[in-house]
Amino acid sequence: MNRRTVLALAVGAALLASGCTGTGGTSKGADADAPDDPAKVDGTITVLTHRTDLVQDGTMKKYAAEFNKTYPKVKVEFEGLTDYEGEVKIRMNTENYGDVLMIPAVIEKKDYPKFFASLGTQAERSKKYRFTDYTAVDGKVYGQSPLGAVPGFIYNKKVWQQAGITDWPTTPDEFLDDLKAIKSKTDAIPYYTNFKDMWPLTQWTQANGSVSCDEQATTKLAEGDPWAEGADLRTADTLLYDIVHSDLIEKDPTTTNWEASKPRLAKGEIATMWLGSWAVIQMQGAAKQAGADPDDIGFMPFPAQKNGTFCAVTLPDYNQAVNVNSDHKAAARAWIDWFTDKSGYADANLALSPLKDAPLPDVLKPYEEAGVKLLDLDDTKGAEVKSIDNQSEVGIYKPDYRQELVDLARGARKGSLDDFLTGLGEKWTEARKNLGS
Amino acid sequence: MTDTTRKAARPVPPAAPAGPTPPTAARRARRWRGVTPWLFLIAPLVLLIAFTYAPIVNMVAYSFTDWDGVSPELHWTGAENYAELFTRPELFEVFFVSGYYLAASVVQIGAALYFATVLSFNVRFRTFFKGVLFFPYLINGVAIGFVFLYFFQDGGTLDAILRLVGYDGDRAWLGTPASANVSLAGVSVWRYMGLNFVLFLGAIQSIPGELYEAAELDGANRWQQFRHIIAPGIRPVLSLSVILSVSGSLSVFEIPYIMTGGATGTETFVIQTVKLAFQFNKTGLASAAAVVLLLIILVVTWVQRRLVPDDKVDLV
Repeated sequence: MNRRTVLALAVGAALLASGCTGTGGTSKGADADAPDDPAKVDGTITVLTHRTDLVQDGTMKKYAAEFNKTYPKVKVEFEGLTDYEGEVKIRMNTENYGDVLMIPAVIEKKDYPKFFASLGTQAERSKKYRFTDYTAVDGKVYGQSPLGAVPGFIYNKKVWQQAGITDWPTTPDEFLDDLKAIKSKTDAIPYYTNFKDMWPLTQWTQANGSVSCDEQATTKLAEGDPWAEGADLRTADTLLYDIVHSDLIEKDPTTTNWEASKPRLAKGEIATMWLGSWAVIQMQGAAKQAGADPDDIGFMPFPAQKNGTFCAVTLPDYNQAVNVNSDHKAAARAWIDWFTDKSGYADANLALSPLKDAPLPDVLKPYEEAGVKLLDLDDTKGAEVKSIDNQSEVGIYKPDYRQELVDLARGARKGSLDDFLTGLGEKWTEARKNLGS
Repeated sequence: MTDTTRKAARPVPPAAPAGPTPPTAARRARRWRGVTPWLFLIAPLVLLIAFTYAPIVNMVAYSFTDWDGVSPELHWTGAENYAELFTRPELFEVFFVSGYYLAASVVQIGAALYFATVLSFNVRFRTFFKGVLFFPYLINGVAIGFVFLYFFQDGGTLDAILRLVGYDGDRAWLGTPASANVSLAGVSVWRYMGLNFVLFLGAIQSIPGELYEAAELDGANRWQQFRHIIAPGIRPVLSLSVILSVSGSLSVFEIPYIMTGGATGTETFVIQTVKLAFQFNKTGLASAAAVVLLLIILVVTWVQRRLVPDDKVDLV
């Protein structure tokens, strides 16, 4: 063999070896049981979190110190990841992805048993906790969200009052009229799309269920056309289209700025944004910083009623789970239980508690007074919806199609709303049939 | 060369002590001489294979599977991904966007050539202008994206400047597909012109000075000097620049991805591929798309080389 052949072979072999890289462990079905005696649990656990802000300002350390009062032998370390989804997704190809982590949205439900240790059966956990069916596979639960949120419109009370509006609108048309009143009577931008930052547009999907007041809204997505006449998503998307089409939004949506939009809403330069209850605390913070009154930040449900009552779905945040490869599953489980039940994390974030018997947070007090019905969606078909969504490349949890919708509404794209929504429905239905559900 | 290594590779007989020393020493020296270049090459080769070729092989392998990017399971699907790719013409429509960048690269090369020629003559503040022109290329693409977002936003830098000269257009620069693509292509020109400029300048300066003197003695003016000395002298660099800009326009990514994320008709093929892989978890299909893009670029380059062969330049 001459030298060139040897070299070529060596390179080829190296390439082949790398081409056949194995993917992760396939260990399956471990349980992370709750420890009986807190004093005996030990080990160092690493918690991966997307809340880099809480890691940096020491809030997480305080939680850990509090946790150590009950579990003195467990050492908790935190790893805050800015690009949480992207980084954890790649790390999950190895076994080294912390002991406790938030389940990235990209992981398919059927793969949960391969990646996470079970926290118990759904029958048992659902008595105490909300959101159990979001992580349940074959009757076993693999994660628990430490807090919940309710989607809705964040609005500036002062601006809405100036426009002469006292009651929450009850239909999309009424909502549009209110925005028009704001446009004519105040200087505020009636509605801010956050088009450039993309993810705020994806929040519109969370109107699903709130419109028709149906706990089976997710199942309906998996079994029907989300943009059929009268379907929730069609109602929501039509409202967004009408808002943009009636020119009730910011002047140039392509250069919006999420961080800058917060103080603007607080100061009343922006009247309304569709977000969720989780955003209230951020807006109040922005109000304090901007020298505005935090009490001006209001929160209202989607303008649709069923039998005279508003409905609002409850949605989990990231679900915390135990790494199936963890050496300290008991300690990891102890952390999740403590963080969910006793840490006060949900309270601190003015969020809905994951405990079913906990009182509503202050943010939702107006909801309680107005008799808004809170719905826990049935998420049994959640995984199927995600697969259809990816397969069809529609992306109801992604910003793209709503960006196109906004472009369509403001005339930067040709076509009619009907054709657009029908087209989405066709893609969706075709993918659903291909997947055989 | 081949002979020496063959000898070197042959095992040295263990009975060496009995023989005379000089030949062994010579052989050892020769062997070292054969190994030394490889020792120097180990580091770059390992890096090249580990970070360039191995990932490409991986990507090609993934393009024949249905992998979603995370799942421990992946299935071999043969050429299915490629079949899907070529039966969905809408996936290739995004190449129209590349047209904007292609047109922009003509402007870019023209401007770079102009500046390089002007600055190759004795101009005041030459070095300063060279720095100014090359500077944008040194800035990170992400930073440029953010800077230009402020530049184009409503009431931003561009609007302010236009107002200074009395033009109050009040338009959303990134608002419509045409306007957005032109704006983004403009940013791309601003960024990459420096590179072309430096390449041209280097080529121009490598032309022997006597040629200009001779031309001046013969009474050639600046244009004639450019036409008959500079232009033929930098032809190889010029054709390299064209190849780079064509392949660059086909695979635009950074600037539109950061500034618009592909919204409002600014989606390029690479953005679309990234979305397939990381939004819709079709890593297999996205890998196939990436392989196809690679092949397209190779073909385009090959065609270009056939049309404009790389002749040896002989000015004298």
